[in-house]
Amino acid sequence: MINKVVKNAQEAVHDIPDNAVLMLGGFGLCGIPENCISALLKKGVKGLTCISNNAGVDDFGIGLMLKTRQVRKMISSYVGENAEFERQLLSGELEVELIPQGTLAERIRAGGAGIPAFFTPAGVGTEVAEGKETRVFDGKTYLMESWLKADFAIVKAWKGDTAGNLIYKGTARNFNPMMATAGKITIAEVEELVPLGSLDPNEIHTPGIYVQRIFQGNAYEKRIEQRTVTRI
Amino acid sequence: MLDKNGIAKRIAQEVRDGMYINLGIGIPTLVANYIPEGINVVLQSENGLLGIGPFPKEEEVDADLINAGKQTVTMRPGSALFSSAESFAMIRGGHVHLTILGAMEVSEQGDIANWKIPGKMVKGMGGAMDLVASAENIIVAMQHSSKDGQSKLLKKCSLPITGIKCVKKIVSDLAVLEVMPQGGFKLLERAPGVSVDQIKNATEGSLLVEGEIPEMKL
Repeated sequence: MINKVVKNAQEAVHDIPDNAVLMLGGFGLCGIPENCISALLKKGVKGLTCISNNAGVDDFGIGLMLKTRQVRKMISSYVGENAEFERQLLSGELEVELIPQGTLAERIRAGGAGIPAFFTPAGVGTEVAEGKETRVFDGKTYLMESWLKADFAIVKAWKGDTAGNLIYKGTARNFNPMMATAGKITIAEVEELVPLGSLDPNEIHTPGIYVQRIFQGNAYEKRIEQRTVTRI
Repeated sequence: MLDKNGIAKRIAQEVRDGMYINLGIGIPTLVANYIPEGINVVLQSENGLLGIGPFPKEEEVDADLINAGKQTVTMRPGSALFSSAESFAMIRGGHVHLTILGAMEVSEQGDIANWKIPGKMVKGMGGAMDLVASAENIIVAMQHSSKDGQSKLLKKCSLPITGIKCVKKIVSDLAVLEVMPQGGFKLLERAPGVSVDQIKNATEGSLLVEGEIPEMKL
């Protein structure tokens, strides 16, 4: 087996250049690659295009990279929890492309699967459809959307092995599996890096073929945006 | 007039046994609290969960288990977890039977606006455009009028729309209405203590009133 293990986040992101196109997994703050985001902050790369469902919050996740003005463009579906984001967007400092969430997920999936375009009903008749080809199938109108790919896809998994096979936990899976397939180089940070043979092949979510670099992250904060509990 | 819980309670009456349901953020999330005993449904969360359970006890809180509103949740027995691509395949593929979501405006053609206020609010559409474009049955939970008294049930939406000709039913603080295939809001029920005239005055789009309009039973 090819050994894909790197020492840490710094080593994993060492060659990410200015103006790179990145994919970052996660839904809200759930399943985000915390270690790599910290390493990108330290490295100080600029002019990044970040494809990620959300933009973090003001003081965590991608929000940290917005504060340091490392992000030139965000491609997301929902950015509601970030005041700095909204400020940069309304003032025109940050370029933003908002995409329906299912379309975003499928465009990334398509990018990894070698499908250049597909038709979806989402956004028909709205400003999302402006300038896009439409076609009618079985009497209903659909919109053509194209694939998305990245220079580097950065994902977070629960467990991974040295061959890059990944297993996610709970709803921290979200965008991570598709993003893993759509990066020229895919970096996986995992909570637990295990030896070859210790993961059950029946349980693998992301086969190692998609992953070029893997490391065991540390000090996961896993911040919760809306801690909601039953009061009984 | 209904409060938020009243709206949720009335919508819960639309739920049928065996349905897979996607609940939006806000009032729609409350609907889960009022689904009658004996009606078994599965709640879908767009971030990759079928089988949303109640909010966790303090000691059960798991950062890796949240709903679309980023709230911590639990899983019911028989739950399934999956990716965002799979989640929206379920939604676009017509496997989710009922979608309940909030709206800022609805037009008499069934267009819905709920994602953007130009120059003011740019949070993004999230999964709303995929949901409204795909679901066969969409019920909207909303306030009939804005805080300054402007109707939100309009001839034509003034805000950027989320989807066209998709809303089938509306439950507001004042009434239950059906969007007619040829256009127009058909009044089905009045909220307790609300008159037909009050509903007429609060509806800018064309309102169809046929015969005696019953009061909601909650």
